[in-house]
Amino acid sequence: MIPEIGHFALILALVVALVQGIFPIVGAHKGWASWVAVAKPAARLQFLLLLVAFAALSWAFLQSDFSVRYVAENSNTRLPQIFKFSAVWGAHEGSLLLWALILSAWTATVTLFGRSLSPLMMARVLGVLGLVATGFLAFLIFTSNPFTRLLPAAMEGRDLNPLLQDIGLVMHPPMLYMGYVGFAIPFAFAIAAMLGGRLDAAWARWSRPWTQAAWMFLTLGIALGSWWAYYELGWGGWWFWDPVENASFMPWLAGTALMHSLAVTEKRGAFKAWTVLLAIFTFSLSLLGTFLVRSGVLTSVHAFASDPSRGLFILLFLATVVGSSLALYAARASKVRSHVRFALVSRETALLLNNVILVVTTVSILLGTLYPLIIDALGAGKISVGPPYFNAVFIPLTIPLAILIGLGTVARWKRDSLAHIWAKVRLPFVASLVFGLVFPAVAMAHFTWKAALGMVLAFWVLFTTVRVIRDYARGRGLGGLSLSQWGMALGHIGVAVFIVGITLTSIYSLEEDVRLVPGDHYRMGGYDFLFKGTTHLEGPNYQGTRGEIVITKDGRPVTVLYPEKRNYLTGMPMTEAGIDPGLTRDLFVALGEPLGADGAWAVRIYVKPYVRWIWLGALIMALGGILSLSDKRYRVLARREQRAMAGETA
Amino acid sequence: MRAVVFALLLLPLLTWAAIEVHQFDDPEQEALYKELIAELRCLVCQNQNLADSNADLAKDLREKTYEMIKAGKNKDEIIDWMVNRYGDFVLYKPPVQSNTLLLWGGPFIIFLVGVVVLVRFIRRRPATDQHLLSDEERRKAEALLRGEDEEKA
Amino acid sequence: MKARYLIPLGVFLVIVGFLAVGLKLDPKKVPSPLIGKPAPHFELPTLYDPAEKISPEKLRGKVWLLNVFASWCVSCRAEHRVIGRFVQLGLAPVYGLNYKDAETDAKAWLAQLGNPYEAVIVDREGNTGIDWGVYGVPETFVIDKKGIIRDKIIGPVNDEIVRDRLVPLIRKLNEEQG
Repeated sequence: MIPEIGHFALILALVVALVQGIFPIVGAHKGWASWVAVAKPAARLQFLLLLVAFAALSWAFLQSDFSVRYVAENSNTRLPQIFKFSAVWGAHEGSLLLWALILSAWTATVTLFGRSLSPLMMARVLGVLGLVATGFLAFLIFTSNPFTRLLPAAMEGRDLNPLLQDIGLVMHPPMLYMGYVGFAIPFAFAIAAMLGGRLDAAWARWSRPWTQAAWMFLTLGIALGSWWAYYELGWGGWWFWDPVENASFMPWLAGTALMHSLAVTEKRGAFKAWTVLLAIFTFSLSLLGTFLVRSGVLTSVHAFASDPSRGLFILLFLATVVGSSLALYAARASKVRSHVRFALVSRETALLLNNVILVVTTVSILLGTLYPLIIDALGAGKISVGPPYFNAVFIPLTIPLAILIGLGTVARWKRDSLAHIWAKVRLPFVASLVFGLVFPAVAMAHFTWKAALGMVLAFWVLFTTVRVIRDYARGRGLGGLSLSQWGMALGHIGVAVFIVGITLTSIYSLEEDVRLVPGDHYRMGGYDFLFKGTTHLEGPNYQGTRGEIVITKDGRPVTVLYPEKRNYLTGMPMTEAGIDPGLTRDLFVALGEPLGADGAWAVRIYVKPYVRWIWLGALIMALGGILSLSDKRYRVLARREQRAMAGETA
Repeated sequence: MRAVVFALLLLPLLTWAAIEVHQFDDPEQEALYKELIAELRCLVCQNQNLADSNADLAKDLREKTYEMIKAGKNKDEIIDWMVNRYGDFVLYKPPVQSNTLLLWGGPFIIFLVGVVVLVRFIRRRPATDQHLLSDEERRKAEALLRGEDEEKA
Repeated sequence: MKARYLIPLGVFLVIVGFLAVGLKLDPKKVPSPLIGKPAPHFELPTLYDPAEKISPEKLRGKVWLLNVFASWCVSCRAEHRVIGRFVQLGLAPVYGLNYKDAETDAKAWLAQLGNPYEAVIVDREGNTGIDWGVYGVPETFVIDKKGIIRDKIIGPVNDEIVRDRLVPLIRKLNEEQG
């Protein structure tokens, strides 16, 4: 009964989305106020309906209703409740429903917060979002229905893969989708602005907090995925340039460029056409990501089960949405010429350079990700493109980007001089050279130029940001800084922290697979690892072995780790690594195979310096995003515009 | 449906990296081994390198790599050995050859294009209003300003 | 409208074109670099008579197939009947390569399902498999009279593959000089 209600709600949602897509846009074009007024209620109704559908599916999972095929395929009565709930988005159909729900939630939020928007603009924005939702819901209902029945119902579901029974995997997809989907909002704003023929600074100001919110969620989502992979998969890696990972990273890069470009368009009215293109580009990458993950054209550990017919549907949807947006862009953008002037040496130029580098990076990653497909399609061979390529391309590009953070934030708008910029960054430059060169020599096991380069860049970003904060605080004190300024500062400091983590962990990580007999010591990275043997382990649905490793440093006890090797009854083996997290290093131990009658085991031991700084940096960046979008400047201006708008006719 | 089962059956291959003990007397050989098994692809996996995969074939290929390194082969020889059997697909670092020129050159070309477009965009703008006042205009402007001050006073 | 504003749309449509073609491709199929090259050497015992050793050189002068199989391989079961039917056509002998299998398991499997092979070659450790670029089971190779590998079929052989790919190729190869 409940699944039927959910199914019905889903179908209704499609109808409502269609209405929401067509009526307001036509109404705005023709000037029919009654059609325009459909937008907000339709958006809110769509959200409520999808909430019902999602709740129905969740109910089916929590009640272990195996007459619903999707539940039978992804859940199990012995699954803990929380994982029954997260199993809702554990596979293709359910995760798409989550996509649609989140899209409708963002849309409904726009109806609540967009009070300063002119009703025509609001109508167009909601209309565009309605059309996008229509495509997704149609895809859901016609090819990927989560409510399909399995008759007769299964007695027991397939056990959810133990890998997915983890808190990290509970939070990672929803956070990621909040980001991906969130970029639909600036996309819709851009399309609406082009439809309405008004591409002014106000559009940029409306878009900016939404973009920052989506970006913030995506930052957290990606960081969560990386952190989860690190502790769960047991090989100490945190990024593999897998196609699906790239599919989330590309919108992030483009979204970062968009955020910066919006800043210029809002403040100076410049780059209007370019910002519109970026908004389309960012959301297109989100949609492309959806295609890549679910169509089977690329091989990935993350890919959902593929089906060529589904792939074709998504491709057509992608082609329609992005194709029509770019066609609209070609028609309208050329008419918008920013007659804003700025000098060669100015903040505008720095931000343009930032955009160039970020877009080049994004396109390069796209090239690498799609290249095997392109070559295969051309019949020119079969190749693989993996981390060696992406690292070789990405890392060099981060250097000018990091340098630009320092230069761009101190540069004045419109016109500045190299001498003036140099005067501001002179001290941070020297300081970063000194600290950057000294740090690896003093605080790390040995000095390398690569580490020094990374540290110099990180300190450069930090010190120039400090300089900028000081300048803002001059005369006003730190309390005088706006949230937006703090947000920018934290965003950049997050980058610095991130660079530290990546640099130090890539260069100074130690990893060894060793054969240990109980009683053996192994020394690595200044730590002593004493293997005390293993004990047998019995769990609710698994059997296993638990090892004990006592870690000391210079004779003083540090910790005891208990890595486990579990064999689940369903036959799936799992490793639980023993991790001692720390701010300056992680100690990581995993059990391999038993090697002999003497109780010997293959044991993997890692010492990973500063690895947590990678995710810490991402968290700080996200915090910066939250601060920025909370800036009351948006609300104050919004209220002012609302009053002004009150006198305007619709 | 089958695809779902197939995909799910492959997931266990992810569950733990292969932890094996390979003894090396020479740290350079050990470094080469680690480098190679990270750069070689596991052909039966869903996008994993030899180091991270627990598949049988990955195990076998790691063994082969180990044997070849102990036998004194260098990186190029081992890569050639792999490519002769499995083709370029087995390499995560695509070789620079005719069908990968666009791949390796691409980012650089795109960067150049980006910079060129940027420079042309900036150059096309007139520099900030370099509207210099003629002497006549300057006197008029000053007079006006003084006049305003006098009015206020 | 300036033409350059159409560039993004143009680039996008090209990408969509590639993606559309990509839907028909299988990203996991690894084509063999050995096609057109001499069959890698091996000298291995047979399953039923370990004293008898087979090598590709001994098979010069005739067209033959090498079918890589194992008792633990699920899709090999379905394929086995197709191989049997193919052998009955009398176009070329099929040699089985028993890949990473236990002797008793292999013998039991063949006893149960029938043995269409000219001989069953035993590759216990899988080393020969690796030399031939085997990465999954089953796989089937076609070798010509001069000992050159002419085709590799990845995955189970079915009736269509026999009809559309194997038979025409082997007929052609049979006509070639040895």
